[in-house]
Amino acid sequence: MRRGVKRWAAPLGVNALLVLGAALTMAPLVWMVSASVMPTGEASSFPPGFIPSRITFEHYRDLFQRLSLGRAFGSSLLLASSVTFCSVILNSMAGYAFAKLRFPGRDRLFRVLLLGMVIPVQIAMLPLFLLMRSLGLVNTYLGVILPSAAGIFGIFLVRQFARSIPDELLDAARVDGASEWLIYRRLVLPLLKPVLVTLGVFMFLGTWNDFLWPLVVLTDDTKYTLPVALANLVGEHAQDTELMMAGSVLTVLPVLLLFLAMQRAYIEGITAGGLKE
Amino acid sequence: MRVETRRGTPAEVRAALFFLAPGLFVIVVFFFLPIAASFLLSATDFDLYALADPSNARVTGVSNYRALLSDPVFLTALKNTLVFVLLGSPLTVLVALSAALLVNARLARAKGFFRTTFFAPVVTTLVAVAVVFRYVYHPRFGLLNRGLTLIGLPAVDWLGDPRFSLLAIVLLAIWKNFGFSTILFVAGLQGIPESLYEAARLDGAGRWQQFRRITLPLLAPTMLLVGLTRTIDYFQLFAEPYVMTSGGPLNSTLTMSLLMYKEGFRFWNMGRGAAIAFVLFAVILVATVIQFRVQKGGET
Repeated sequence: MRRGVKRWAAPLGVNALLVLGAALTMAPLVWMVSASVMPTGEASSFPPGFIPSRITFEHYRDLFQRLSLGRAFGSSLLLASSVTFCSVILNSMAGYAFAKLRFPGRDRLFRVLLLGMVIPVQIAMLPLFLLMRSLGLVNTYLGVILPSAAGIFGIFLVRQFARSIPDELLDAARVDGASEWLIYRRLVLPLLKPVLVTLGVFMFLGTWNDFLWPLVVLTDDTKYTLPVALANLVGEHAQDTELMMAGSVLTVLPVLLLFLAMQRAYIEGITAGGLKE
Repeated sequence: MRVETRRGTPAEVRAALFFLAPGLFVIVVFFFLPIAASFLLSATDFDLYALADPSNARVTGVSNYRALLSDPVFLTALKNTLVFVLLGSPLTVLVALSAALLVNARLARAKGFFRTTFFAPVVTTLVAVAVVFRYVYHPRFGLLNRGLTLIGLPAVDWLGDPRFSLLAIVLLAIWKNFGFSTILFVAGLQGIPESLYEAARLDGAGRWQQFRRITLPLLAPTMLLVGLTRTIDYFQLFAEPYVMTSGGPLNSTLTMSLLMYKEGFRFWNMGRGAAIAFVLFAVILVATVIQFRVQKGGET
């Protein structure tokens, strides 16, 4: 009798806890989506509910027509794509060099770089702003892109992966007379593709979600990224719950969809990069 | 570690230089140099007037640091940041490990679905979810209080009451971040050979003993990694209080990063802001070293 109970109690318990955890995790996001299509005022009524009395897209229309969040969407898209492109190129070059090219002082240089990984970017931010100011890059997209165009983490990720490329392969290409650039372009880049996909997704999400640096460097609201525009919106429209939720959906949805589409590459990248060393 | 088979040919060294130059240029110019400059900046009284004409800045040595240490607002920010990290890091690790154990349990169904679900908050935009949580925490219309009153607990003015505001941000941080650590823990758990548990069961070890003697010790490297990333990340807490509370009420959610931002970019007291940044850096370094020590001590 007791054995019989135990046989179904344990799986039920484990799975019930998982369902509870998933429900708690999803609740704020589900409510965000649901509140964004509620008629004005409904999300601020008692008792709070999940289900809209009728579905309306007026808040989304408001965001695009009246509050020009479409422009912020464009800024975010442009910046995230640019940073992704630059960082994939620059980090793959440097990571490959650290992994496969022999030059004096290589390992020492790499160790110095690794030390930098524990330093938060905030520490550099004030002088970085002054530097951008003297370069005339304040309130430009370039001012956002440049500091992220290459990064220690990206180089580290590529290097870890590139180490598995056999030296014989590269040497054979050299014997055949291929230039180092051609080897990188035609041989190494295709082999690095899995890690570059991971890095690309990582950088896109990171740039899309970034807040502090765009907030500092983009001073003009026509250039704001979505998070900066959204934070700005809180100041004036905090009472318009449904409108704020529509803005949040607009900000979160693209990265959430990207993650769902690419989650295998993304998660494998995290576990591989994180646990190897 | 690595066997040096032969030295690079001159062509190879030249190629390495070519491949490294752009990336290293960016990192040195836009990261390492500003860090060094930040240290110098913190020893000056660089302010709005110096922004107009740098010759207005004077070297003031450690006076920024000395002023900070006797400034009650800074000390509050320091305390809040420490409380946030000391509360947030262990709780996040605890939630993450529990979730990982559940997902990894043999009895669990639909593991992929739950893993993805737990991870989803990690990729969401911090500012957007901070906006969402402002409403989730609403004393009257918020979901959280609704949930609490349904199970018979009292409603709380989460963001308006200085006793709860920092806790509210801790809860948001746990929700947002635990999935990342869960993924790392799951990977760590899958690396533990099943044969160890079988041998332990043959020796009559119970579930708790298996967890204590096998799971926890073999998870130690993951634990260190997760603990370090959480701590370093949490010390930089900025967007949540910026969006949800602006540091209030009564400075109860003012953090070091937020204060640095306000001093540096709102009031243009950049010397003072840089000093705050460096104190933050020092605190992070000390916390990192302590975590390494504790972990090393725990292993032996």
